[in-house]
Amino acid sequence: MKLSTPKRTILQCAFLLAAALMIVCGINRGEQETVWNKAANICLECIGLG
Amino acid sequence: MTGMNNTVKRKLIQLAAFGFTNTHIGNFAAGKLYTGKWKQFCNPGLHCYSCPAATLACPIGAMQAVAGSMQFNFSFYVVGFLLAVGVLLGRFVCGWICPFGLVQELFYKIPSRKCRLPKLFTYVKYVILILFVIVLPVTATNYMGMGKPAFCQYICPSGTLFGGIPMTATHPELRTTTGFLFGLKMGILLLTIIASVFVFRFFCKTLCPLGAIYGLLNKVSIHHLDVDKSSCIQCGKCARTCKMDVNPVTSPNSAECIRCGACAAACPKQAIQLGFRNHSK
Repeated sequence: MKLSTPKRTILQCAFLLAAALMIVCGINRGEQETVWNKAANICLECIGLG
Repeated sequence: MTGMNNTVKRKLIQLAAFGFTNTHIGNFAAGKLYTGKWKQFCNPGLHCYSCPAATLACPIGAMQAVAGSMQFNFSFYVVGFLLAVGVLLGRFVCGWICPFGLVQELFYKIPSRKCRLPKLFTYVKYVILILFVIVLPVTATNYMGMGKPAFCQYICPSGTLFGGIPMTATHPELRTTTGFLFGLKMGILLLTIIASVFVFRFFCKTLCPLGAIYGLLNKVSIHHLDVDKSSCIQCGKCARTCKMDVNPVTSPNSAECIRCGACAAACPKQAIQLGFRNHSK
Protein backbone atom coordinates (compact mmCIF):
# COMPACT_ATOMS: atom_id res chain seq x y z
CA MET A 1 0.00 0.00 0.00
CA LYS A 2 1.45 3.35 -1.03
CA LEU A 3 0.27 6.40 0.86
CA SER A 4 -0.31 9.65 -1.01
CA THR A 5 2.10 12.48 -0.10
CA PRO A 6 -0.45 14.61 1.84
CA LYS A 7 -1.67 11.59 3.84
CA ARG A 8 1.91 10.64 4.55
CA THR A 9 2.74 14.17 5.75
CA ILE A 10 -0.30 14.23 8.02
CA LEU A 11 0.64 10.86 9.51
CA GLN A 12 4.25 11.96 10.01
CA CYS A 13 3.17 15.13 11.84
CA ALA A 14 0.66 13.20 13.96
CA PHE A 15 3.24 10.55 14.92
CA LEU A 16 5.91 13.15 15.73
CA LEU A 17 3.47 15.08 17.89
CA ALA A 18 2.42 11.86 19.66
CA ALA A 19 6.09 10.94 20.14
CA ALA A 20 6.90 14.34 21.67
CA LEU A 21 3.91 14.10 24.02
CA MET A 22 4.88 10.58 25.06
CA ILE A 23 8.48 11.61 25.79
CA VAL A 24 7.30 14.57 27.89
CA CYS A 25 4.79 12.32 29.71
CA GLY A 26 7.52 9.71 30.34
CA ILE A 27 9.97 12.28 31.70
CA ASN A 28 7.21 13.75 33.85
CA ARG A 29 6.62 10.29 35.37
CA GLY A 30 10.36 9.88 36.00
CA GLU A 31 10.81 6.95 33.62
CA GLN A 32 14.26 8.14 32.55
CA GLU A 33 15.48 7.41 36.10
CA THR A 34 14.27 3.81 35.81
CA VAL A 35 16.14 3.58 32.49
CA TRP A 36 19.29 5.03 34.05
CA ASN A 37 19.07 2.70 37.07
CA LYS A 38 18.82 -0.34 34.83
CA ALA A 39 21.49 0.85 32.37
CA ALA A 40 24.05 2.00 34.92
CA ASN A 41 24.11 -1.33 36.78
CA ILE A 42 25.03 -4.76 35.47
CA CYS A 43 21.83 -6.29 34.10
CA LEU A 44 22.23 -9.96 34.99
CA GLU A 45 19.29 -11.02 32.79
CA CYS A 46 20.76 -9.16 29.81
CA ILE A 47 24.06 -11.00 30.02
CA GLY A 48 22.44 -14.40 30.53
CA LEU A 49 22.87 -14.82 34.29
CA GLY A 50 19.53 -13.70 35.68
CA MET B 1 25.17 9.00 -6.17
CA THR B 2 27.86 11.58 -6.42
CA GLY B 3 31.15 11.95 -4.58
CA MET B 4 32.05 9.14 -2.24
CA ASN B 5 30.93 5.64 -3.11
CA ASN B 6 27.74 4.74 -1.18
CA THR B 7 29.24 1.54 0.26
CA VAL B 8 32.29 3.37 1.64
CA LYS B 9 30.16 6.21 2.97
CA ARG B 10 27.82 3.78 4.74
CA LYS B 11 30.68 1.79 6.23
CA LEU B 12 32.33 4.98 7.55
CA ILE B 13 29.07 6.12 9.16
CA GLN B 14 28.52 2.64 10.64
CA LEU B 15 32.03 2.73 12.13
CA ALA B 16 31.51 6.26 13.48
CA ALA B 17 28.18 5.22 15.04
CA PHE B 18 29.84 2.13 16.51
CA GLY B 19 32.54 4.38 18.00
CA PHE B 20 30.01 6.82 19.42
CA THR B 21 27.99 4.08 21.08
CA ASN B 22 31.18 2.56 22.55
CA THR B 23 33.10 5.59 23.78
CA HIS B 24 34.07 3.97 27.11
CA ILE B 25 36.27 1.31 25.56
CA GLY B 26 38.71 1.52 28.50
CA ASN B 27 36.05 -0.05 30.74
CA PHE B 28 36.56 -3.44 29.04
CA ALA B 29 39.78 -4.11 30.97
CA ALA B 30 38.17 -3.63 34.39
CA GLY B 31 34.74 -4.97 33.35
CA LYS B 32 32.92 -1.96 34.77
CA LEU B 33 30.08 0.02 33.24
CA TYR B 34 29.83 3.69 32.37
CA THR B 35 27.37 5.15 34.89
CA GLY B 36 27.07 8.77 33.73
CA LYS B 37 24.02 10.79 32.75
CA TRP B 38 24.10 9.71 29.09
CA LYS B 39 22.84 6.30 30.18
CA GLN B 40 19.35 7.73 30.71
CA PHE B 41 19.10 8.31 26.95
CA CYS B 42 18.38 5.54 24.49
CA ASN B 43 20.57 4.45 21.62
CA PRO B 44 18.65 4.41 18.31
CA GLY B 45 20.25 1.02 17.47
CA LEU B 46 20.39 -2.25 19.40
CA HIS B 47 23.29 -2.14 21.85
CA CYS B 48 23.35 -3.73 25.29
CA TYR B 49 23.66 -1.28 28.18
CA SER B 50 25.61 -3.93 30.07
CA CYS B 51 28.40 -3.59 27.53
CA PRO B 52 31.32 -1.97 29.42
CA ALA B 53 31.90 0.51 26.59
CA ALA B 54 28.23 1.48 26.08
CA THR B 55 27.45 5.19 26.26
CA LEU B 56 23.67 4.94 25.95
CA ALA B 57 20.83 2.63 27.03
CA CYS B 58 19.46 -0.10 24.77
CA PRO B 59 15.91 0.95 23.75
CA ILE B 60 14.57 -2.60 23.81
CA GLY B 61 16.12 -3.29 27.22
CA ALA B 62 14.90 0.08 28.50
CA MET B 63 11.35 -0.53 27.27
CA GLN B 64 11.22 -3.88 29.10
CA ALA B 65 12.90 -2.44 32.21
CA VAL B 66 10.31 0.33 32.59
CA ALA B 67 7.34 -1.92 31.74
CA GLY B 68 8.60 -4.57 34.16
CA SER B 69 9.26 -2.14 37.01
CA MET B 70 7.05 -1.83 40.08
CA GLN B 71 5.88 1.70 39.23
CA PHE B 72 5.03 1.35 35.53
CA ASN B 73 3.46 -1.07 33.05
CA PHE B 74 4.28 0.92 29.92
CA SER B 75 7.13 3.20 28.92
CA PHE B 76 5.94 6.42 27.33
CA TYR B 77 9.53 7.68 27.37
CA VAL B 78 11.02 4.81 25.33
CA VAL B 79 8.03 4.26 23.03
CA GLY B 80 7.94 8.02 22.32
CA PHE B 81 11.67 7.94 21.54
CA LEU B 82 11.29 4.95 19.19
CA LEU B 83 8.28 6.53 17.50
CA ALA B 84 10.21 9.77 16.90
CA VAL B 85 13.31 8.00 15.57
CA GLY B 86 11.18 5.60 13.50
CA VAL B 87 9.13 8.37 11.90
CA LEU B 88 12.24 10.41 11.13
CA LEU B 89 14.54 7.64 9.92
CA GLY B 90 12.71 4.29 9.72
CA ARG B 91 15.08 1.37 9.18
CA PHE B 92 17.84 3.75 8.10
CA VAL B 93 18.91 3.21 11.72
CA CYS B 94 19.40 -0.52 11.02
CA GLY B 95 21.37 0.08 7.85
CA TRP B 96 23.59 2.93 8.93
CA ILE B 97 23.73 3.22 12.75
CA CYS B 98 23.08 -0.11 14.50
CA PRO B 99 26.28 -1.62 15.98
CA PHE B 100 24.99 -5.20 15.81
CA GLY B 101 24.07 -4.70 12.16
CA LEU B 102 27.69 -3.78 11.45
CA VAL B 103 28.92 -6.88 13.30
CA GLN B 104 26.67 -9.13 11.20
CA GLU B 105 27.82 -7.46 7.98
CA LEU B 106 31.44 -8.15 8.92
CA PHE B 107 30.64 -11.85 9.40
CA TYR B 108 28.84 -11.86 6.03
CA LYS B 109 32.15 -10.83 4.43
CA ILE B 110 33.57 -14.28 5.20
CA PRO B 111 33.72 -16.03 1.82
CA SER B 112 31.02 -18.70 1.62
CA ARG B 113 27.94 -19.74 -0.35
CA LYS B 114 25.30 -17.06 0.32
CA CYS B 115 21.61 -17.93 0.85
CA ARG B 116 18.26 -16.15 0.91
CA LEU B 117 15.63 -16.91 3.54
CA PRO B 118 11.97 -17.69 2.83
CA LYS B 119 9.79 -14.63 3.55
CA LEU B 120 8.01 -16.48 6.34
CA PHE B 121 11.11 -16.12 8.56
CA THR B 122 10.81 -12.31 8.48
CA TYR B 123 7.56 -12.50 10.47
CA VAL B 124 9.27 -14.17 13.46
CA LYS B 125 10.57 -10.80 14.67
CA TYR B 126 7.01 -9.50 15.10
CA VAL B 127 6.13 -12.50 17.28
CA ILE B 128 9.28 -11.83 19.36
CA LEU B 129 8.38 -8.14 19.68
CA ILE B 130 4.86 -8.87 20.90
CA LEU B 131 5.64 -11.86 23.12
CA PHE B 132 9.09 -11.21 24.58
CA VAL B 133 9.26 -7.39 24.59
CA ILE B 134 5.66 -6.32 25.21
CA VAL B 135 3.69 -9.14 26.87
CA LEU B 136 6.08 -11.18 29.07
CA PRO B 137 7.78 -8.29 30.95
CA VAL B 138 4.32 -7.08 32.06
CA THR B 139 2.55 -10.40 32.66
CA ALA B 140 5.29 -12.72 34.00
CA THR B 141 5.85 -10.83 37.24
CA ASN B 142 7.02 -11.84 40.70
CA TYR B 143 5.20 -11.24 44.01
CA MET B 144 6.39 -7.61 43.98
CA GLY B 145 4.90 -7.01 40.55
CA MET B 146 8.29 -6.86 38.83
CA GLY B 147 8.77 -8.46 35.43
CA LYS B 148 11.98 -9.50 33.74
CA PRO B 149 13.29 -8.32 30.37
CA ALA B 150 12.36 -11.55 28.57
CA PHE B 151 13.96 -10.68 25.22
CA CYS B 152 17.27 -9.76 26.90
CA GLN B 153 17.09 -12.78 29.19
CA TYR B 154 16.29 -15.52 26.67
CA ILE B 155 17.25 -14.27 23.21
CA CYS B 156 19.38 -11.15 22.67
CA PRO B 157 22.69 -12.24 21.07
CA SER B 158 23.93 -8.63 21.11
CA GLY B 159 23.71 -8.64 24.91
CA THR B 160 25.66 -11.90 25.06
CA LEU B 161 28.36 -10.63 22.72
CA PHE B 162 28.82 -7.11 24.10
CA GLY B 163 27.71 -7.65 27.70
CA GLY B 164 27.78 -11.32 28.70
CA ILE B 165 31.18 -12.33 27.33
CA PRO B 166 33.16 -9.25 28.50
CA MET B 167 31.50 -9.25 31.92
CA THR B 168 32.00 -12.96 32.64
CA ALA B 169 35.56 -12.73 31.32
CA THR B 170 36.46 -9.95 33.77
CA HIS B 171 34.38 -11.03 36.80
CA PRO B 172 35.29 -14.47 38.25
CA GLU B 173 32.30 -14.25 40.64
CA LEU B 174 29.93 -13.95 37.66
CA ARG B 175 31.52 -16.96 35.96
CA THR B 176 30.50 -19.15 38.87
CA THR B 177 26.83 -18.28 38.28
CA THR B 178 26.73 -19.24 34.60
CA GLY B 179 24.35 -22.09 33.85
CA PHE B 180 21.69 -23.22 31.41
CA LEU B 181 20.55 -19.68 30.59
CA PHE B 182 24.05 -18.53 29.70
CA GLY B 183 24.49 -21.68 27.60
CA LEU B 184 21.21 -21.00 25.79
CA LYS B 185 22.23 -17.43 25.04
CA MET B 186 25.69 -18.49 23.88
CA GLY B 187 23.97 -21.02 21.59
CA ILE B 188 21.73 -18.29 20.11
CA LEU B 189 24.78 -16.05 19.65
CA LEU B 190 26.69 -18.84 17.92
CA LEU B 191 23.70 -19.62 15.69
CA THR B 192 23.38 -15.93 14.80
CA ILE B 193 27.07 -15.63 13.94
CA ILE B 194 27.11 -18.79 11.81
CA ALA B 195 23.85 -17.82 10.07
CA SER B 196 25.21 -14.30 9.43
CA VAL B 197 28.07 -15.79 7.42
CA PHE B 198 25.57 -17.30 4.96
CA VAL B 199 22.53 -15.00 5.24
CA PHE B 200 22.89 -11.21 5.08
CA ARG B 201 21.89 -9.76 8.48
CA PHE B 202 20.21 -12.95 9.69
CA PHE B 203 19.32 -11.44 13.09
CA CYS B 204 17.90 -8.22 11.59
CA LYS B 205 15.73 -10.19 9.17
CA THR B 206 14.37 -12.78 11.56
CA LEU B 207 14.76 -11.93 15.24
CA CYS B 208 15.27 -8.21 15.91
CA PRO B 209 12.29 -6.56 17.68
CA LEU B 210 13.80 -3.12 17.10
CA GLY B 211 13.94 -3.82 13.37
CA ALA B 212 10.28 -4.87 13.59
CA ILE B 213 9.31 -1.51 15.14
CA TYR B 214 11.33 0.57 12.67
CA GLY B 215 10.13 -1.66 9.82
CA LEU B 216 6.50 -0.86 10.57
CA LEU B 217 7.40 2.85 10.62
CA ASN B 218 9.24 2.55 7.27
CA LYS B 219 5.81 3.03 5.64
CA VAL B 220 5.57 6.59 6.96
CA SER B 221 9.17 7.58 7.71
CA ILE B 222 10.38 10.97 6.53
CA HIS B 223 13.64 9.42 5.30
CA HIS B 224 12.37 7.22 2.50
CA LEU B 225 12.98 5.70 -0.87
CA ASP B 226 11.43 7.06 -4.05
CA VAL B 227 11.28 5.34 -7.42
CA ASP B 228 10.75 7.45 -10.51
CA LYS B 229 8.55 5.08 -12.49
CA SER B 230 8.95 7.14 -15.67
CA SER B 231 12.72 6.59 -15.66
CA CYS B 232 12.61 2.96 -14.51
CA ILE B 233 13.34 0.51 -17.34
CA GLN B 234 12.27 -2.56 -15.29
CA CYS B 235 15.72 -4.14 -15.61
CA GLY B 236 15.42 -5.71 -12.15
CA LYS B 237 18.99 -4.81 -11.20
CA CYS B 238 17.85 -3.13 -7.97
CA ALA B 239 15.92 -6.20 -6.75
CA ARG B 240 18.85 -8.51 -7.58
CA THR B 241 21.27 -6.19 -5.73
CA CYS B 242 19.14 -5.95 -2.57
CA LYS B 243 20.54 -8.19 0.15
CA MET B 244 17.40 -7.70 2.26
CA ASP B 245 15.36 -9.39 -0.51
CA VAL B 246 13.26 -6.31 -1.29
CA ASN B 247 12.08 -5.20 -4.71
CA PRO B 248 12.32 -1.40 -4.44
CA VAL B 249 10.20 -0.83 -7.56
CA THR B 250 7.16 -2.72 -6.25
CA SER B 251 7.63 -2.00 -2.52
CA PRO B 252 9.93 0.99 -1.94
CA ASN B 253 8.88 1.32 1.68
CA SER B 254 8.97 -2.36 2.58
CA ALA B 255 9.40 -3.15 6.28
CA GLU B 256 12.53 -5.10 5.33
CA CYS B 257 14.34 -2.24 3.57
CA ILE B 258 17.23 -0.98 5.71
CA ARG B 259 17.84 2.03 3.41
CA CYS B 260 21.39 0.92 2.65
CA GLY B 261 21.17 2.58 -0.78
CA ALA B 262 22.61 -0.38 -2.71
CA CYS B 263 19.61 -0.36 -5.09
CA ALA B 264 20.00 3.37 -5.79
CA ALA B 265 23.70 2.88 -6.53
CA ALA B 266 22.94 -0.07 -8.83
CA CYS B 267 20.20 1.65 -10.86
CA PRO B 268 21.52 2.45 -14.36
CA LYS B 269 18.93 5.22 -14.79
CA GLN B 270 19.23 6.85 -11.36
CA ALA B 271 15.51 6.24 -10.94
CA ILE B 272 15.85 5.41 -7.23
CA GLN B 273 16.40 8.23 -4.75
CA LEU B 274 16.95 7.90 -1.03
CA GLY B 275 16.56 10.79 1.36
CA PHE B 276 14.27 13.19 3.19
CA ARG B 277 12.91 15.01 0.14
CA ASN B 278 10.08 13.83 -2.11
CA HIS B 279 11.52 12.91 -5.50
CA SER B 280 8.63 10.95 -7.02
CA LYS B 281 6.94 12.46 -10.06
